Amino acid sequence: MTELTCIVCPKGCRLKVDEENHFEVAGASCPRGIAYGKKELTAPTRTVTTTVAIEGALHSRLPVKTSQEIDRALVKKAVEALKAVRVKAPVKTGEVVLKDVLGTGADFIAAKEMGRVPL
Amino acid sequence: MKYDIVVIGGGPAGLAAAVSAWEHGARRILILERDKELGGILNQCIHNGFGLHYFKEELTGPEYAGRFIELLRQTGVEVKLDTMVLHITKEKEIHAVNTKDGYMVIEAKAVILAMGCRERTRGAIAIPGDRPSGIFTAGTAQRYINMEGYLCGKRVVVLGSGDIGLIMARRMTLEGAEVLACVELMPYSNGLNRNIVQCLNDYGIPLYLSHTITKIEGKRRVERVTVSKVDGERRPIPGTEMVFDCDTVLLSVGLIPENELTREAEIVMDPRTNGAVVYENMETSLPGVFACGNAVHVHDLVDFVSAESAKAGAAAANYLAGEKDSAGPIVEIANGNGVGYTVPQKLRLEAINAPVELYFRVRQVYGKSDLVLKSGERELLRLRRERMAPGEMEKIVLPPSKLAKADSGLTLSVEEEPV
Repeated sequence: MTELTCIVCPKGCRLKVDEENHFEVAGASCPRGIAYGKKELTAPTRTVTTTVAIEGALHSRLPVKTSQEIDRALVKKAVEALKAVRVKAPVKTGEVVLKDVLGTGADFIAAKEMGRVPL
Repeated sequence: MKYDIVVIGGGPAGLAAAVSAWEHGARRILILERDKELGGILNQCIHNGFGLHYFKEELTGPEYAGRFIELLRQTGVEVKLDTMVLHITKEKEIHAVNTKDGYMVIEAKAVILAMGCRERTRGAIAIPGDRPSGIFTAGTAQRYINMEGYLCGKRVVVLGSGDIGLIMARRMTLEGAEVLACVELMPYSNGLNRNIVQCLNDYGIPLYLSHTITKIEGKRRVERVTVSKVDGERRPIPGTEMVFDCDTVLLSVGLIPENELTREAEIVMDPRTNGAVVYENMETSLPGVFACGNAVHVHDLVDFVSAESAKAGAAAANYLAGEKDSAGPIVEIANGNGVGYTVPQKLRLEAINAPVELYFRVRQVYGKSDLVLKSGERELLRLRRERMAPGEMEKIVLPPSKLAKADSGLTLSVEEEPV
């Protein structure tokens, strides 16, 4: 039996996951919590949010996120993979910034619209 | 310059209020924003977790702001960026300045105060030791890293376990810094549990509860800090010192509603929230002036800021449409046992025709307990709670039928189940 705090939403339900009983989850107040409890102990994943360099915009960083959750163990490497990327403004929310991050099938996508700012 | 509604601040509160005022029929609306873009603090909150209540999906801060900016584009609301509001008078004249229009005096029929909040720095002053560079509020570091592209430290100790501190511990780790510890004075964290899990535990960052920084050393830059355990009165216990070699200290020690303008207009303030006292429709003591979002009380979730601000926007539109304030009885809501504050603080009973959402915070961590709302000695409402903590804003909904039975001031209190 493992106790977990659910991170699916800000409510933070206290979960009890029974590894010896098909990862049965108790304490969740929604189906997403049950799915989280099971996955967290079998194959934990996270959405990665970070920034990438952008030229010609109001600020020098563009916020990005992965289009889907990736293996938790790959989070740091995924962020590092963005160091080689430079984006040029303008960019729209949802535009792909880096495809198929580390072969996970997830893309890094822009999380903000940033227009071109005249120098 | 004349407008029907002037909204002070273009963050989540101002955006939601302006969109809602437009949707409720108001026109000639102006937002004044001091930054170079709309969205406020959401622009630097690049992590996700926003919007689960309001949009029913998980968004990052900039995406959440983007949704509202898009809604705003579909209205005729005008926006002045890079514009600083200097004064608001009781006659609802707004004095503001920017580099394009110069000094402006804008006459408004209604005003919505949506200035947000500011980080507390008092913790910095109370820490003994040197005054080197390398001490930042967590939100300042967040802006440097996420918007301007400067990593402001390599070896970091975070003081305070509010959500911004937790989020920044993860953020700096991901950007290649080493976060040595998160230190919290209280025996519990003020941040959301999910953030302790996904920001500290995921990266093996230790959280020291009932600890504080007792010394900062460094000539030009922070070189080391001393952390000590504290007793029940929050006094450092000699002999418990731990030394961390670090170059950066981040402070996440609370937020204060930003209300210089509100005070100057002599609007009645609530010392419990550091925000204006508001009625059920978010109107302040000055008729036609409404307030919403973190300027009224510090929220944990932007979703609730949006909901509250939409209410203020609608009320401002109704005010313009000539809806008169009811002359009926006004009841105040007092803190009972365990309750730190409530928003709204006052109710105009005759004006209430829909359920009233009452937001509040408790003063300490509670297990199984009852929330009890009384009018004098008469109990109006009793609600069960499994767990409550000061770090998590609570909400109860008061049906008009229950409020109709109120004949004197209301008191909200916590009754703990005897163990």
